[in-house]
Amino acid sequence: MNEILVQILIIVGVLLGTVTIAAGLIYVERKMLAVWQQRSGPNRVGPFGIFQVLADMVKIFFKEDWIPPFVDKKVFIIAPTIIMLSILMSFSIVPFAPGIVIADLNIGLLFFLAMSSLGAYTIVLAGWASNNKYSLLGGMRGAAQMISYEVFMGLSLMGVVIQVGSFNMTDIVNAQKGLWFVVPQFVGFIIFLIAGVAETHRLPFDLPEAESELIAGFHSEYSGMKFGMFFVGEYLGITLVSCMITILFFGGWLGPSFLPPIVWFLIKMFAFILFFVLLRAALARPRYDQLMSFGWKLLLPLALLNVLITGAVVLSNA
Amino acid sequence: MEDLVDIEQEIRTKFPEAVVYVQQTRDVFPTYWISKDYIIPVLGFLKTAPGLQFKFLYDLSAIDEQARQNRGAQPESRFTVFYHLLSFSRNQFLRLKVACPEEKPSVPTASTVWANANWYEREVYDMFGIHFEGHPCLRRILMPQYWQGHPLQKAHPARATEMGQFKMPEERMLAEQDLLQFKPEEWGLSSEGKDNEDFMFLNLGPQHPGTHGILRLILQMDGESIVNIVPDIGFHHRGAEKMGERQSWHTYIPYTDRVEYLSGVMNNFPYVMAVEQLGGIDVPDRAKVIRIMLSELFRISSHLVWYGTFAQDLGMMTPVFLMFYDRERLFTVIEAICGDRMHPNWFRIGGVAQDLPNGWQGLVKEFLDYMPGRLKEYDKMIMKNRIFKARTKGIGVYNTEEAIEWGVTGPGLRATGFDWDFRKKQPYSGFDQFEFDVPVAVNGDCYDRAVLRSEEIRQSLRIIQQCLDNMPEGPYKSHHPLTTPPDKKYTMYDIETLINHFVNVSWGPVLPPNESYCGVESSKGHNGYYLVSDGSTMSYRTRIRTPSFPHIQFVPYYSKGYTIADLMAILGSVDFVLSDLDR
Repeated sequence: MNEILVQILIIVGVLLGTVTIAAGLIYVERKMLAVWQQRSGPNRVGPFGIFQVLADMVKIFFKEDWIPPFVDKKVFIIAPTIIMLSILMSFSIVPFAPGIVIADLNIGLLFFLAMSSLGAYTIVLAGWASNNKYSLLGGMRGAAQMISYEVFMGLSLMGVVIQVGSFNMTDIVNAQKGLWFVVPQFVGFIIFLIAGVAETHRLPFDLPEAESELIAGFHSEYSGMKFGMFFVGEYLGITLVSCMITILFFGGWLGPSFLPPIVWFLIKMFAFILFFVLLRAALARPRYDQLMSFGWKLLLPLALLNVLITGAVVLSNA
Repeated sequence: MEDLVDIEQEIRTKFPEAVVYVQQTRDVFPTYWISKDYIIPVLGFLKTAPGLQFKFLYDLSAIDEQARQNRGAQPESRFTVFYHLLSFSRNQFLRLKVACPEEKPSVPTASTVWANANWYEREVYDMFGIHFEGHPCLRRILMPQYWQGHPLQKAHPARATEMGQFKMPEERMLAEQDLLQFKPEEWGLSSEGKDNEDFMFLNLGPQHPGTHGILRLILQMDGESIVNIVPDIGFHHRGAEKMGERQSWHTYIPYTDRVEYLSGVMNNFPYVMAVEQLGGIDVPDRAKVIRIMLSELFRISSHLVWYGTFAQDLGMMTPVFLMFYDRERLFTVIEAICGDRMHPNWFRIGGVAQDLPNGWQGLVKEFLDYMPGRLKEYDKMIMKNRIFKARTKGIGVYNTEEAIEWGVTGPGLRATGFDWDFRKKQPYSGFDQFEFDVPVAVNGDCYDRAVLRSEEIRQSLRIIQQCLDNMPEGPYKSHHPLTTPPDKKYTMYDIETLINHFVNVSWGPVLPPNESYCGVESSKGHNGYYLVSDGSTMSYRTRIRTPSFPHIQFVPYYSKGYTIADLMAILGSVDFVLSDLDR
């Protein structure tokens, strides 16, 4: 009985926690971008504008949720829910601290990859259902981009898996007690980082949206809370990828014992979230074909090489 | 002027009956009236003949002569089509005029000689109703297709109150909306390719962040690559030229500010110079240097907006904020001097509105100290960024010949390696006294145009530094009686001055009947005003030659085969302003 209660508490906690962090990112991103861009950022709602999140949320809830007459209605409604669901599902395998994990699956990492692949459907379906040329272009770009980068993402993690010998997330963290995987798996880390940005389609990989050419691409036609779901989905995605980087390459909750493990985890996670925001402030957007050739011609061989070398080293040590 | 005789003689030898009349104008452009039957052969001859080489069709428009009183000995004409040509080898302008006396005016098309005549002739057709025989696509360009009448004809009303009540019943609305639908056949485009592939027609704009305003481009696309582009302009048309015919010489100055709203006084500049040329007014040195300083400040401001938005078109988020911050600092200087920011309305006929305020040196110096560091930072952040380079190098390439054929001026022309800056070649307002370099690039791609503009900011800073160091003392406005507002000093001592002052303030100055043209090297290209005075308080015809018009006409030519993402880079690198395009 007690165990079930604890389990339910963890589920509720993780759900609330991640969604809150994702919503809080609205403020963090706006404020940090402002700092890097010589602006003030939100500063009207509450002290230092911290209630901006509330204001944004209230606004987005009360916006008219308009469905254009020319769209494919059912698909149009389903599309934004997929991204929310698939990413929230992924959080179920994330161990925030010893014991604080919803489902400690022995195929945890595979589950994460499977769920993030589902995210591609959101973009394709939204782009397709919108019945708008710009959305369609965005959707096509998004599909191609996510499917390609999915490959490198999976491959880049294989190095870690080979070293640990398990797909279980808790095992992966525990295996880093001596040395964080970012050192032996540096190439894997870099590729995962890039693929992670591509997965969340943030700048410089925001081609499906491409504000200045495709006018928000696949979600041009969305408004109100349906748009909000894409929005929160994107922030959830950032949070998830930051969690994964922390777990896979930076030792998860491991850290000196003067702070509790969960705090270490959060510190590392936030550092990567800020890195994502900084990326957005600093880089330009490559062209679509440049992005694809970068992936297939550079990242894929590198990822394969990484798997090969890791495998060889592990074999020779064994 | 030996040159002058030369041109006339050449034409007369080749076409004995072509030149009908030689007109004298204030701007000392050789002005020849050419018989309608000879105009195309003469244009073709002028373009190619060795020793003449008027390769550049600088401007083409018309004058409605219906209400003109003081035409002198000019040939009989109902509508006069004029051609401004420029020869780089002779560094000289030339004006040709063609009279259309009939009721159904028509002239043979010059689009067979120059590619960029196409849009100019469409504009003349739209504004005056003059037909161009053999024009490939003679339809309205600035006004909507359903428009009745031709706005620049003298008979066309200039005010809404003269036009009757505006009503928009539903059937009219639907009909007008229907006219906005793009029908590929009308433009000679097919929706299917050779190999039976379907083309997609993508409507880019009029509301699109990449076009920086209300410009509509219709793209014929094969997948993501562009097969053809049809620009649809005129959404920003406000009739600036028509307004010139209703405003006194003085009260038109604020309207010029809005023609190219990013470079403020650089619009006043050619206008007041053209008026001064008409009135024979000499501008004192101090006013000249103030004008140069202000126009260079505005060049920096305009280039900063371009720099930021160009980076933003390529997906960079930060530069635009940093550059608008710099521009804000620049505006504090401009505000302190002019009292206004974007539309300072600061130049006056014969000088500037006021003397420089106390302490202006400090403000300008502070900005001069501040800016170079920032530019260095931008070089690091943007010009050396590898993604930026990958997006701009080798994209949107054209060479000098194509640029000249299509009427490109300014940075777009210099980026092809052709060193032509009117500040150096035909110095106005004392630019010959300044030391500065004209940056020239080689490849004529988007990256070169970008580097060139960022270098121009540095050169402008140099010019401003020289203005700061050598600002002459003296009056800031000429004492000529035609200046506005006129000098008040002697009004209470001298009845002549009092009368002059009273008339000039209440009605505005009356300029002698003549014609004059003046242009400046503006931030976007060459910007000029052609004024026709009929001896009245108002201009008879105000022709504004803006750089964006030919520049946008040129875009479809060199952006075929690229993708939408490249088109954004190309549009950004053109640096156009919609108000400049449509006027």
